[in-house]
Amino acid sequence: MAKLEKANSVGEWLDQRLATTKLTKVMMTEYWIPKDINFLWAMGVVLMVTFKLLIISGIFLLMYYKPDVNMAFDSVNFTIMQDVAYGWLFRHIHGVAASVVFLVMYIHMFTGIYYGSYKRGREMIWISGMLLFVLFSAEAFSGYMLPWGQMSYWAAYVITNIFGGIPFIGDELVVWIRGNFYVSDATLTRFFMLHVFLVPLAIIGAIALHFYALRIPHVNNQKGEEIDFEEEANKYKAGNKKRSKVIPFWPVFLSKDIFVLSAFLIFFFYLVFYHYNFAMDPVNFDPADGLKTPAHIYPEWYFLWSYEVLRGFFFDIAGIKAADLGLIAFGIAQVVFMLMPWLDRSPTVAPANQRPYFRVWFWLMLVVLIVLTVYGKLPPTGTNAWIGFYASIAFLLLFVALPFLTAKEAKVGGK
Amino acid sequence: MADKSRRAFMGNVLAGVAGVGAVASLYAMKKTWDPLPSVVSAGFTTVDMTQLEAGKLEVIKWRGKPVFLLKHSADVKKDPARDVVIGNESYTVVIGLCTHLGCIPSWQNDKQIFHCACHGGTYDVHAKNTFGPPPRPLDIPPFAIKGTSLTLGEEGPEYKKMAQA
Amino acid sequence: MKELKILGVITFFTLVTYWGVEPLAHSIFHPHVAPADFKFKDLPAVKGNGDVAKGQELVAQNCTACHSIEKAGHPQLMDDATLAMSYGVTPPDLSLAGLIYDENFLANFIKNPTEATKLTHKFDDAGRAFPMPGYAWMSDDEILSIVAYLKSIAPKTASNKEVFESACSRCHDMKYAKITASTPDADIKKYMGSIPPDLSMMIRSRGDHYLETFINDPQKQLHGTAMPRVGLSKDGQAQVIGYLEEVGDSKKQEREDLGPWVLGFLAIMTFFAFLWKREIWNEVK
Repeated sequence: MAKLEKANSVGEWLDQRLATTKLTKVMMTEYWIPKDINFLWAMGVVLMVTFKLLIISGIFLLMYYKPDVNMAFDSVNFTIMQDVAYGWLFRHIHGVAASVVFLVMYIHMFTGIYYGSYKRGREMIWISGMLLFVLFSAEAFSGYMLPWGQMSYWAAYVITNIFGGIPFIGDELVVWIRGNFYVSDATLTRFFMLHVFLVPLAIIGAIALHFYALRIPHVNNQKGEEIDFEEEANKYKAGNKKRSKVIPFWPVFLSKDIFVLSAFLIFFFYLVFYHYNFAMDPVNFDPADGLKTPAHIYPEWYFLWSYEVLRGFFFDIAGIKAADLGLIAFGIAQVVFMLMPWLDRSPTVAPANQRPYFRVWFWLMLVVLIVLTVYGKLPPTGTNAWIGFYASIAFLLLFVALPFLTAKEAKVGGK
Repeated sequence: MADKSRRAFMGNVLAGVAGVGAVASLYAMKKTWDPLPSVVSAGFTTVDMTQLEAGKLEVIKWRGKPVFLLKHSADVKKDPARDVVIGNESYTVVIGLCTHLGCIPSWQNDKQIFHCACHGGTYDVHAKNTFGPPPRPLDIPPFAIKGTSLTLGEEGPEYKKMAQA
Repeated sequence: MKELKILGVITFFTLVTYWGVEPLAHSIFHPHVAPADFKFKDLPAVKGNGDVAKGQELVAQNCTACHSIEKAGHPQLMDDATLAMSYGVTPPDLSLAGLIYDENFLANFIKNPTEATKLTHKFDDAGRAFPMPGYAWMSDDEILSIVAYLKSIAPKTASNKEVFESACSRCHDMKYAKITASTPDADIKKYMGSIPPDLSMMIRSRGDHYLETFINDPQKQLHGTAMPRVGLSKDGQAQVIGYLEEVGDSKKQEREDLGPWVLGFLAIMTFFAFLWKREIWNEVK
């Protein structure tokens, strides 16, 4: 322990006990980020703030929500939405944020794919990020059940039913997950526990890992250039701010983040007040009825591409049943993005527009995912079913093709 | 030397003991997720089949699931492997949940099919899957015939024969 | 500027996805239907002369055995449950009928209830009798006299709640407004085949655009439904939808009022955030 002398200020007193000066340097003023970035680099902070909005609005919803099949719907749609002061505001914020967080996650994810920020030392950032995507998906799924509307019930029914496809233990597993033969009060309360406690805890842990994983490989930059961070940091500290290729997290990087964030919040709150049906589906304002299937069941938009892969296979192939094919494809789709660092056989870190083959792959993947998303919503009849089938095949084939494409690209010279 | 290996041995024994504790805890946690005894205790529902109209689908609730009861009109071909026969009448008795992803199909009497709105699956009058993603016919619940009544939840001899087929 | 280009690309793909998932999908789920017809053109025009005094006589002779008319001194004779048991459904009170229902619809309804309500498939075709008998045996003048009398006793205005209760609550609950259907559940189930849904959140689960065409002619959106076309006039229907909004989306005004303040504040904050960012980045660029 350092020899304690009388502190001359509160700051000094804290510094003697918590090393606040050193901490501030490490986490903020001497945490170096490349200067050659664009506003897409702000998506991480946008996600952080959206997550915080979800937690804070969630805290207030938690005061009035009742996790019981007889009380849940009314506790949300009467008590919170119409009785509690600003209850409607917190519910709208929570619902819209839950949807928008996925838009930003997809932008963030595709930024990483575009700039090759998942390889050459950054694999753990990528994996912890994909883990966060899976955790947020679980959080969204469990949260959607809570208002106990028609969509809550039927989405829960359909998705818990999927586990029945697992050989041998499937049927028993479904009953075990639900806590009953059918989606019931037991199911609601345990998913409430997951949504409010366990999954958020896991998310916070994964965020800590994700942030930590960034430190050693450092944040990427627009050109994929390998920067000597120590050298550039010294330039900056010596006063050569304009020549240095790096900027400190605080205040430079965050000042851009805060500007992007403020603009984002305008867009976000516009949706909260005036345009929220995409996030708060009208069908969910019908109370859950286990004996009445809605005419159209669909998950929230961010799950649609996945859902379409699940139901894209509607006929048996080579003796494997359609339902099983869909289940296998769906399982692959959940984890395949995790494997990006190893499927991409080119060591080049560069934006996609400088990688001739990868660039085609990137835009094709984006288009296929959008097609899957839109067709995941439409009724799967006639031509829709065929388009969905071919899009699912295309999605899988793109990942099969990636190693070959990128290996070729590496041989040809990459850039 | 002997000290090191004894220390390692003790460490391993401790790890083993901790492991046993962890497994026991996980077992207890798994059991806490199980459905409650009140849920597991078999639900039985008895239906008087004489009230049914031929061609008109009747839906009742059994263990929280919808069960379809459909009395066959005279022109429906017999299917001994799936028909529930009570006296001179044949019925289709199945759990009304599509075997694809669990939505409730609707009965279209004019086309003599069950149609599932979720992904377009169809079943014939015997609830055998005929088109689309459903992997198997609608499931037949355990039943027992008592005179002109049907008790769902109980495995009668007719059900046992069907289940073996 | 490169960043604007990136923003443009992201906006483009987001809007394409949004369009497919929302407007396109919903237009397929809810195909376009003909707009609401408040003239009820499928019903013939009942022509003749109505006399209020004659109408009062006819109503006392033919209608008040089943229907109460609180505003004209005909209170309900039995309680709701007994009425429902006798007739299948609690007959509505007729105090507001002259105000909220279309005149020609009313005339047609009295003559032939199942045709006017578009429920022939549920009653005539199925061989069941509608709880209210038709009065086609009366002359058109007599029918119009009844309508004229009902119009004369109806108040000039009514609150949204009163219109709703008159037109809808003999079958529909609305628990958030503490309204229970006057017909007990068991009777309604027997009469209609299923229990009509609670209307508390109907404004948000269906939206006023859908409700506009639905209430005017339920068969358009839900072919084969047991819900009668009740014949609300344009104003009457607007009041019903207004009440649905009062109960299901009571915070709408507060929400729309608060929006500009929050957005205005954020616009100001964005402006200052930009200025601060520019100050900081001028040192490093």
